[in-house]
Amino acid sequence: MMNKKAFGVLATLFFTIISIVFVSPIFIVLINSFKAKTYINYETFKLPSADSYIGLDNYKTAITQYDFVKAVGWTVFITVFSVAVILLFCSMTAWYITRVVNAITKTIYLLCVFSMVIPFQMVMFTLAGTADSLHLNTPWGIIIVYLGFGAGLAVFMFSGFVKSIPTEVEEAALIDGCSPIQNFFLVVIPMMKPTFISVGILEAMWIWNDFLLPYLVLDIKEFKTISIVIQYMKGSYGRVDMGAIMACLIMAIIPVVVFYLSAQKYIIRGVAAGAVKG
Amino acid sequence: MEKSIKRYWPVFVLPTMVAFVIGFIVPFVEGIYLSFCEFTTIKDAEFVGVKNYIAAFQDANFLGAFKFTTVFAIVTLIFVNVLAFLVALALTQNLKGKDIFRTVFFMPNLIGGIVLGYVWQLIFDAIFQKFDTALKLDETLGFWGLVILVCWQQVGYMMIIYIAGLQAIPVDIMEAAMIDGATKTQRLFKITIPNMMPAITICTFLTITNSFKLFDQNLALTGGEPLHKTEMVALNIYDTFYGRVGFEGIGQAKAVVFFIVVVAIGLLQLKVTQEKEVQQ
Repeated sequence: MMNKKAFGVLATLFFTIISIVFVSPIFIVLINSFKAKTYINYETFKLPSADSYIGLDNYKTAITQYDFVKAVGWTVFITVFSVAVILLFCSMTAWYITRVVNAITKTIYLLCVFSMVIPFQMVMFTLAGTADSLHLNTPWGIIIVYLGFGAGLAVFMFSGFVKSIPTEVEEAALIDGCSPIQNFFLVVIPMMKPTFISVGILEAMWIWNDFLLPYLVLDIKEFKTISIVIQYMKGSYGRVDMGAIMACLIMAIIPVVVFYLSAQKYIIRGVAAGAVKG
Repeated sequence: MEKSIKRYWPVFVLPTMVAFVIGFIVPFVEGIYLSFCEFTTIKDAEFVGVKNYIAAFQDANFLGAFKFTTVFAIVTLIFVNVLAFLVALALTQNLKGKDIFRTVFFMPNLIGGIVLGYVWQLIFDAIFQKFDTALKLDETLGFWGLVILVCWQQVGYMMIIYIAGLQAIPVDIMEAAMIDGATKTQRLFKITIPNMMPAITICTFLTITNSFKLFDQNLALTGGEPLHKTEMVALNIYDTFYGRVGFEGIGQAKAVVFFIVVVAIGLLQLKVTQEKEVQQ
């Protein structure tokens, strides 16, 4: 018995060390975000010293010179509205194509599944061209692109759920005089809540972190997302401001970590649901 | 009920379908067509037959990228899954702090590929400069750098799926085996692993497709350096399109080849998953 207990303590100790190693890359970026840029490449693993410490200057540079706050704003805007639009329209479509079964709805379903497997590189050039010619190169327009490109996963997951709920409730509502629209919003949506959360989290994670689609679709002179700003800073020819980059990385990571810690249960459930179905 | 819903299609289906046609159907069909054309924009396309495909297969960088990606997919497949499985086994035991460990291991998964790439570039650059080299100077370092990054990002994700699988194993089977005197190793190989096959199949294919489609991390961490040696297929296609003018058709042909390979992996997955389901 004693032996087992000692083993348990050792195992906990082992995983504590592994966990610290695991988060250390982020911690190292954090300490470097408080150093002057010339020190970052040479004293990466050292804590800030009296010489290298510059307080929040890197954050100020990131915000004033690289418009980071604006990028966060656009990223939030695009993510929130795209996810909302995807959830609303794709749940409606999924309900319809599951309840009305014919050749057309079956084709729609298969096309959605098909679109999930396609690598983005297959459509990136033509998608950017199409979006450009339809003037969808703004944060408002890109919502439509995300609805189209995110529909596959959402319709697939919503359909899977609709298939599992019995039709009796909806039939009863119909007999009571509900129109299909009332039926969907008052009867079906409340039952779908867990799937809404799962799909919402999966799509939000994708859109928030997405780089190539907004980079190619948006007019990036005017609208940049977080990933685009960071790539832009790093990839720009000439002087790369390591200090400002460190600050941006931290400012990009913090919202994600806060969101994760506050909604961990749902995130893990959503990810597991998406994985099993995908 | 079907009849009453049917005429509501403009409300329920039309908005999604309009976006789906703009965001997927049109670009996809155009993409297939343009792979047989020479063009610099969509409008000046000129049909040239399979010329682009021949050029794509004669491009040493493209073939190199395929080889690099395949080796990378196999290596990450092994590392990510073995690590995730072991961690999942450990964290389903009665261990103090296991919830905190799960939280920590899953976290990197939520951070974007570009951000992750630059976080690790800082770390690797700092380590390698002590040995007078750099990630972007040595393809072996670049390869293993990418492997470490992808393990760091995905172990937590696969761990979650393995934990769900482990918890779904019925307790009575395990108890029966213990009463029959099965050792720990026997229980692992005769009960746990066979019962975990659905989870193992899912994770296997997820890691393979993730590795095949990897782009952001590749772009941020190595950018394909040195001399396209660490370039994966997705990045190679991107470079062909946007790196220089006049190669768009070849880029599109490469993209079609890439798409066929990814779909083939997907179909294989479907087949294997269905076979597994029949057995159970």
